[in-house]
Amino acid sequence: MGVSNGTPKDNGANGHGQTTEPVGRHPRGEGERSDSAVVGKPFVKVDSRSKVLGTMKFADDLTLPRMLHAKLLRSTEAHARIVSIDTTRAEALEGVYAVLTGRSMPITYGILPVSQDEHALCVDRVRYIGDPVAAVAAVDEETAEAACRAIDVVYERLTAIDSVKTALETPEPRIHDYGEEGNIHKRVDLEFGNVDEALASSHHVREDLFFYEGNTHLPLEQHASLAEWHPDGKVTLWSSTQTPHYVHRALAKVLELPPSRVRVVAIPNGGGFGGKSDIFNHEIVVAKLAMVTGRPVKICLTREEVFYCHRGRHPVLMRFRTGVDERGRILGMHSQTYIDGGAYGSYGVASTFYTGALQTVTYHVDRYKFDSVRCFTNKPPCGPKRGHGTPQPRFGLEVQIDKIAADLGLDPIEVRKQNLVEPHSMTANWLRVGSMGLGPCIDKVVEGSDWYSKFRKLPYGRGVGLACGSYLSGAGLPIYWNDMPHSGVQIKLDRSGGVAVFCGATDIGQGSDSVLAFIVADVLGIDPVDIRVVCGDTDLTPVDLGSYSSRVTLMMGNAAIEAAERARAPLAEAVSKKLSIPRSRLVFGGNRVFDAENPETGVTFAEAVQFAETSIGTIGSTGSYKPPRAPGRYKGAGVGPSPAYSYSAAVAEVDVDPETGLVAVERIWIAHDIGRSINPTLVMGQVEGSVYMGLGEALMEAMEYRGNRGVVHKFPSMLEYKSPTTMEMCDVVTYLIEDPDPNGPYGAKEVGQGPLLPIMPAVANAVFDAVGVRVDEVPISAEKVLKAILAKAEGKDGRYGPAKTPAVEWHEPHRVPPPWEGGDGRAIDDPKHMPVPLADPSGHRYKHDMSGD
Amino acid sequence: MLRLPDFDYYAPSTAEEAVRVAADHGPDAAYVAGGTDLYPNMKRRQQTPAVVVGLSRISALREITGEASSGLRIGAGVTLTRLAEDERVRAAYPSVAYAASTISTPLLRNMGTIGGNLLLDTRCNYYDQTYEWRKSIDFCMKRDGEICWVAPSSPKCWAVNSSDEAPLMVALDAKLRFVSPEGEREIPARELYGADGINYLTKRPDELLLDVCLPPANGWRAAYVKLRRRASFDFPVLGVAARVKTAADGTVEEATVVLGAVHPSPRIIEEAGAVLVGRKLTDEAIREAGEIAQHLARPLDNTDFLPHWRKQVVATHVGRALAGLR
Ligand SMILES: Cc1cc2nc3c(=O)[nH]c(=O)nc-3n(C[C@H](O)[C@H](O)[C@H](O)COP(=O)(O)OP(=O)(O)OC[C@H]3O[C@@H](n4cnc5c(N)ncnc54)[C@H](O)[C@@H]3O)c2cc1C
Ligand code: SF4
Repeated sequence: MGVSNGTPKDNGANGHGQTTEPVGRHPRGEGERSDSAVVGKPFVKVDSRSKVLGTMKFADDLTLPRMLHAKLLRSTEAHARIVSIDTTRAEALEGVYAVLTGRSMPITYGILPVSQDEHALCVDRVRYIGDPVAAVAAVDEETAEAACRAIDVVYERLTAIDSVKTALETPEPRIHDYGEEGNIHKRVDLEFGNVDEALASSHHVREDLFFYEGNTHLPLEQHASLAEWHPDGKVTLWSSTQTPHYVHRALAKVLELPPSRVRVVAIPNGGGFGGKSDIFNHEIVVAKLAMVTGRPVKICLTREEVFYCHRGRHPVLMRFRTGVDERGRILGMHSQTYIDGGAYGSYGVASTFYTGALQTVTYHVDRYKFDSVRCFTNKPPCGPKRGHGTPQPRFGLEVQIDKIAADLGLDPIEVRKQNLVEPHSMTANWLRVGSMGLGPCIDKVVEGSDWYSKFRKLPYGRGVGLACGSYLSGAGLPIYWNDMPHSGVQIKLDRSGGVAVFCGATDIGQGSDSVLAFIVADVLGIDPVDIRVVCGDTDLTPVDLGSYSSRVTLMMGNAAIEAAERARAPLAEAVSKKLSIPRSRLVFGGNRVFDAENPETGVTFAEAVQFAETSIGTIGSTGSYKPPRAPGRYKGAGVGPSPAYSYSAAVAEVDVDPETGLVAVERIWIAHDIGRSINPTLVMGQVEGSVYMGLGEALMEAMEYRGNRGVVHKFPSMLEYKSPTTMEMCDVVTYLIEDPDPNGPYGAKEVGQGPLLPIMPAVANAVFDAVGVRVDEVPISAEKVLKAILAKAEGKDGRYGPAKTPAVEWHEPHRVPPPWEGGDGRAIDDPKHMPVPLADPSGHRYKHDMSGD
Repeated sequence: MLRLPDFDYYAPSTAEEAVRVAADHGPDAAYVAGGTDLYPNMKRRQQTPAVVVGLSRISALREITGEASSGLRIGAGVTLTRLAEDERVRAAYPSVAYAASTISTPLLRNMGTIGGNLLLDTRCNYYDQTYEWRKSIDFCMKRDGEICWVAPSSPKCWAVNSSDEAPLMVALDAKLRFVSPEGEREIPARELYGADGINYLTKRPDELLLDVCLPPANGWRAAYVKLRRRASFDFPVLGVAARVKTAADGTVEEATVVLGAVHPSPRIIEEAGAVLVGRKLTDEAIREAGEIAQHLARPLDNTDFLPHWRKQVVATHVGRALAGLR
């Protein structure tokens, strides 16, 4: 690293890093089995056959006797007061069993406790075109649809708000009567060390504006749900959801049922990407319709409705001011984000913090300031899409670093490598970084892509670009703050030798069912096919918070190891007695339990279970996981901490047609620091999938709206919402960096989201290398590239991007000294704040180098 | 799922019967071949025929007859997959096979026919939407509404002819044979398309397309260039069909340049063809033809991409089509 003095690691603040709380588990055999038989091996997914053969049942494949079909009537107004709803004509139609309006479900819900702002059906206000206002259950979909068209709604139109700018300029009418003020939903102002001072003492300061357009998840499976009402007063909902636990909570709340009488079963999702992590109107509506009609009720949304559910990438306008020294090392950074939240809160408060929180975990930022504002607008609500709130600022940061390197005549690779955060260190905003493999990631892609023979050397029209990223392996805090486990696993052993594993996690295609089977199989020394996985069922499985935040492998994995080790103990005890072999010599492997010193002596796994059952009765076990406590104590410190951060670096090689501006990505080299692969094939799949999604965001995907008669989605269809086809998919070369993290199960970190992050900025940087223009926006569409090329040819600035930010009255920030400037992780305006004196009070990481100025 | 409205379906096995059924039901009837255009439109309630006359059982419509030297006759029911793969078509009319191979996706090409392609409804971002979406903007002139959102002061509809084969058929001067209760008639492709996005065909609704007659394949060459965002699935946002006849020394004797997907009909750019005649296909000549076409192209904001950009890149794409004919 070159600089050892005053690093965050050895300046005294590190005391916060010590913890006695649970860390990740690295199971060891009862004997000394060193290598894993399953973990790290490319075992086939437990559900791959059924998916390939088409026998997998998705939510819309489910049917029950006497089942009715539901449809939602959605608002055709962007912002309006509901004057009246007349359902008489609809109710009179033959085959219609029930018609609901908002009055039947007046209780609000929302994914975050601070944003309980949604109604299952709008009560007196519609907030976007597509907001559900009424619902019908009928004998078939056609009848339900006809009934919806027979419902007469009278609206009184209100001013519709189409952007952050309009929202800031239009405090009235308010879209919601909560939030900061006017149409501002959330504002964040945090400062870690005096950034103005850091910028003033910098050798070079750059200010850049970027815009990241909103885009959506586009899962192939359209959301579907089926509900059944049981005569004993219980309701069951089968749904394509990533978060059965939160749907469970919301259903109980809105339907006013004790949670013990509500059962939510997550059906394997045909793609989620964050788009099925909220509680959706249709989920509550079918449950209510089932209660009202006494018959099972199913709904499957149309593709257009999936666009209206959205909860995808927030459009974010960004301003970054970054100061560096002569060598390009970051002394201070001020980031501002302007977020278009859409019509509801969703995860928005968390998203707002995420547009700032992870800017510090790749490159050391000595002092950091972060302001953000999220506004309500009359569009489908934004929420968490793969990378949740971090791809936008990551795009800006990685492009800005390239610009800084160019300004200073430095190598963008070297600039990044000099700035790398140290492993096992703290960041300015009090995030505790564990293992950190970004350096090796960069080296891999630089070498693999033959970077130095291409960068600035390819012919006009061709170029390469590099960018990096980092992501959480699960959020450190649960959505509802409590001290209970984030993930629970239960195991039932059977005398047949079969093993059933129960966990609340949901397989959304990422392979979490498989990971659960692999880990338990590995610990018990059996074959994964002998394991039956039961997941995502609030009646049957222990709580796991859900498949979001890249948390499942790490959290469920740790819980699974604990449960499997506990299940193994009574077996070892019984076998040890039976064979008179000390427990320490027993090995679980190859579907047997045997003597390490004398492998022929042993019993089958089933026999081991039988011995244990004979001696102590029914065998079962549980395991749980809760992340270590995060060191930050300031308001907002809850967003950003994670047990482990994954890292990735990517090089993109592009071909730009200078006559049209069309960009084709030819190849991506990507390295991902996974900690340890539980299954390398699944890890590669996630990396390649991220590249594919990243290409879409980089080149074409955009949630665009038009102003005709309100704010209307430009084209909610798969044909005209442009997402890459296989023809646009580039070649991908993937490298996995394995440096086990102490907190991960077997050392594993996340891979579901992180590898997406470097793709968009890598493409932007490559476009610059190819044709010498900067598109400081995503998507990098042909129109923008051509515009910049033509501007440059006319001697103007070869840049396309935002020119200004709207006026916002920022608040005085909460000031939190970074760890190396003392303090205890609290804001200095927090009465509990205790300044901790430092050996070297100015404590900059780069103090020595700067002392010459 | 989006559901189809109710309709009566007839499946005649001869063209005569099909024509009779259609005539019996007048404007309430629509023919359907592959259904890849009609059915999605029906699901979105853009078209709501009470009677649908299926053509897939009429084997006569699926024939490819004749010789390249005297002109090939392609049955209206020939699928796009077959058109793209047929050896005779590929050898003598490679641009026709190529254009077919670019249409939509492999699955849709297995269903979609050349007849349906040439008679495709015009397209517009304000029109190819569900009933509910259109309701939220109060509909538009082409269906259920009053005004044109693309050109609000315009008395006519500017929905775009987005067929990939139509500009080629115009460039090639192909002839289309129709049958109705009043007998057969031939309409040259050049006279088939109207200038209005609502009345986009000059044929009557009950006229059934039997086949397309391609001209004898000698002495000329043609090319098709398609511009779209993605290399599959997408309709063209600009199509350029070019046909030239050159003397032995390469001097152009006849040239036709047709733009597709930027107007309600495929448009022959006469001046672009004229500027090439008597010259060789030099960079200079090609550039001039391209600039003329670009100047005359009037893309509007009703497809993918910004209309300004679609106009900006016309010259480049005309150039690429012509350069392919050198
Ligand atoms: C996702 C998608 C992408 C597409 N992309 C493209 C594209 O890139 N390029 C392109 O050109 N097209 C595209 N299409 C449109 C369409 O698939 C093709 O044009 C196809 O060739 C239409 O043929 P069809 O047989 O399915 O037509 P149909 O839907 O059966 O019919 C279309 C129209 O022609 C009429 N018709 C059909 N046959 C006859 C006949 N013999 N006589 C009289 N009337 C008749 C029908 O009444 C109807 O009005 C796309 C469609 C979809 C859904
Ligand atoms: S061009 Fe105008 S009238 Fe025609 S479909 Fe589009 S919006 Fe409607």
